Amino acid sequence: MAAAQAVEEMRSRVVLGEFGVRNVHTTDFPGNYSGYDDAWDQDRFEKNFRVDVVHMDENSLEFDMVGIDAAIANAFRRILLAEVPTMAVEKVLVYNNTSIVQDEILAHRLGLIPIHADPRLFEYRNQGDEEGTEIDTLQFRLQVRCTRNPHAAKDSSDPNELYVNHKVYTRHMTWVPLGNQADLFPEGTIRPVHDDILIAQLRPGQEIDLLMHCVKGIGKKVARVANPRLDTFSREVFRNEKLKKVVRLARVRNHYIFSVESTGVLPPDVLVSEAIKVLMGKCRRFLDELDAVQMD
Amino acid sequence: MEDDQELERKISGLKTPMAEGERKTALEMVQAAGTDRHCVTFVLHEEDHTLGNSLRYMIMKNPEVEFCGYTTTHPSESKINLRIQTRGALPAVEPFQRGLTELMNVCQHVLDKFEASVKEYKDQKASRNEATF
Repeated sequence: MAAAQAVEEMRSRVVLGEFGVRNVHTTDFPGNYSGYDDAWDQDRFEKNFRVDVVHMDENSLEFDMVGIDAAIANAFRRILLAEVPTMAVEKVLVYNNTSIVQDEILAHRLGLIPIHADPRLFEYRNQGDEEGTEIDTLQFRLQVRCTRNPHAAKDSSDPNELYVNHKVYTRHMTWVPLGNQADLFPEGTIRPVHDDILIAQLRPGQEIDLLMHCVKGIGKKVARVANPRLDTFSREVFRNEKLKKVVRLARVRNHYIFSVESTGVLPPDVLVSEAIKVLMGKCRRFLDELDAVQMD
Repeated sequence: MEDDQELERKISGLKTPMAEGERKTALEMVQAAGTDRHCVTFVLHEEDHTLGNSLRYMIMKNPEVEFCGYTTTHPSESKINLRIQTRGALPAVEPFQRGLTELMNVCQHVLDKFEASVKEYKDQKASRNEATF
């Protein structure tokens, strides 16, 4: 009786002991346990699988996935972090930069700004294509010059009073429509997600004048997008001597809590759907490869 | 029996010609000489633990598979080696293909359930908002 319970626990629970975590890896593969049929059964999976949305608003989403293995849940997490496509600044053509922020630092900062444009409406740029066409590129212009404020008080030391345009924000970025983009995207829809991200600071006489090309890419090349938080368990109970013997902390292996926070480009539920589609796309790619090989 | 085995490299997969004349394979199969098709190492380019671990799990759930494992060759190279050994004379390509198909079915089911759950949450929220008026 106890043995059967122990086996069940080994198969389905991750145990948090005082000094370490046990039974971490999935072991329910066919042949490991006698008396259990562990071969993959799609119907059994569908019967036991469940998704429950706990909380959702426009930028964050929390939901539970029950009945799926760590490997696949982790794959979704990895894709959400790094492989859901977004539009972001990739190339910066600097016409004039006399600020104290170096060109490359400025370009790096610009690349991290989230751009409010649905990446599903754009194509990937072909490799080797320098110019970019209207189907794969968005252009933004940033032109700011800082001057002294002639109306400032004589002995003022507040930069907000003394200078005009001394802080460069994302609201200074203007969209330059290419080709037929002006017809496709109404005024005001293509912009950075947040207006108030500080890009650089200037002093009188300094100027920033540049053109940005924004393309579709995945975070594997530049880190961005959503941010699933990990939920960890507290093991404080093991500090108390009496409780130690009585309490057994264990987590159900197949139950995962996802917490997704979006940068604002796409709503978080769309992000999760896209992530699942990305994984399907990978499988399909290799299936097509196999079919192509078998044709030869 | 020779000590050093000759590796019979079979380069497969679609070769997409690039502007500079380079070739880009996505999938290779490496097989040691002397074994038949039931032990094969697949080299998947431009992939990492994301597909590797989930695919390994699906393939291991197949009772015909005797061994399945994957490794990333080196952090600077973005490719994985996935090895499959089957029981009996089943060609290793078969569990590979089946694993991919099953993983796709899992994803499809997760997608359907997730979208249904989101829709249900939105409907509930909408009806709750109406009830407060």
